[in-house]
Amino acid sequence: MRLRWWKLLSIVLVFYSLYFGMMGEVPSKDILNETIRNLYYHVPMWFCMILLFSYAFVYAIRYLSSNNIQYDLKSAAFNKVGIVFSVLGMITGMEWATYTWGEPWSNDPKQLGTALCMLIYFAYLVLRNGIKDDEKRAKISAVYTIFAFSLMIPLIFVLPRMVDSLHPGNGGNPGFNAYDLDNRMRMIFYPAVIGWFLLGKWISELKYRIDHIHYKKLYHE
Amino acid sequence: MYATVLALLKKDLLIEWRKKHAFFGVMLYVAATVFVINLMNGQAEASMWNVLFWITQLFVAINSVAKSFLQESEERFRYYYTISSPQAFIIAKLIYSVALQCIMSLLTLLLFHLLLGSPLANNLLFTALAALGGTSLSIVFTFLSAIAAKAQQNASLMAILGFPIVAPILLILSRLALKTMNTVVVNGWWGLFMILILLNILIIGLSLILFPFLWKE
Repeated sequence: MRLRWWKLLSIVLVFYSLYFGMMGEVPSKDILNETIRNLYYHVPMWFCMILLFSYAFVYAIRYLSSNNIQYDLKSAAFNKVGIVFSVLGMITGMEWATYTWGEPWSNDPKQLGTALCMLIYFAYLVLRNGIKDDEKRAKISAVYTIFAFSLMIPLIFVLPRMVDSLHPGNGGNPGFNAYDLDNRMRMIFYPAVIGWFLLGKWISELKYRIDHIHYKKLYHE
Repeated sequence: MYATVLALLKKDLLIEWRKKHAFFGVMLYVAATVFVINLMNGQAEASMWNVLFWITQLFVAINSVAKSFLQESEERFRYYYTISSPQAFIIAKLIYSVALQCIMSLLTLLLFHLLLGSPLANNLLFTALAALGGTSLSIVFTFLSAIAAKAQQNASLMAILGFPIVAPILLILSRLALKTMNTVVVNGWWGLFMILILLNILIIGLSLILFPFLWKE
């Protein structure tokens, strides 16, 4: 296994954020109380999801401009790991919402946005697995990735205009904005985001390498 | 380019005319849907009327637009490939399905007025919104039906691919339509309206850029 510096960094940062997320000092707020610690576990999932989907989007463009099957496998790997992170983000968010908003699902725009992302990328899996021919599958999934990703981004920004948000920091809720997110929390939150993102990238690359081996075996290259 | 688009459009309309049963089939689908709603719900109140209208639109769009690519056979695509550029082809398909969907939208609207009552204060604006909504839905589904056709799948795949994308569009449309009902004040109406127009332009742009990649085998 090739252990690059950023892989080590991701291990260190994830464990750092897991430990200090539980043990560190946090400001005490009404309603949020100790659940504010969820910032270290839930929000990085959401960041990671968007970043991994962006990587998949870029690889889809590179596939269409080069017709190199490796980019298609990379794009698919990043999309799949992105889906895992969206599920994790949804679970940690709903768990948290049960205790702060009183119910796991309340049609918050960010919840709706994530739900739409999940639906789009589940549909991507259905589409991708339905096509037998490799070239065709690569081309069609790249086209759909680009189409869906470019529409998803504006739609996610439209939703908050349609529905009121319950999220901390929106609509007068106590939150993590410039005044609330104090330096102690920042010291854990930013490393958590970087750590989880690097971990996601690492998993995606492993997934890509496994798929690539399968592909090469299939064609006896 | 214009000549090709016109020729393709004429061909689609001719096929539509010769296969009248398919066209009337969709019309019957619309009529039956509205009739079922009438049986189950009777005359609906304004906000419910609005929701039912857009949901009907969604299902009609899936059924009518699905034909645009899914009715073409693999061999015919190879023939088009020799006589047309991908841009001309997708533009012709877009115009054709927008026209078809607008007819269906107006028919749905008429039937809604007949069977479910008329709770609207501003009929003209709602008619315009129905046409705009039909346009938005049909351009999304036209491109997705191209994907589904290339993947050799059926209309249900098109629906699965489309639902998450059209959900926010339907949300915007139903919000816009509230203005045509007496009692409701909608904040930021023009903002939402512009967002919808921009989304339509974005979808058309993406279709034009991405379709050539689907076109080549």
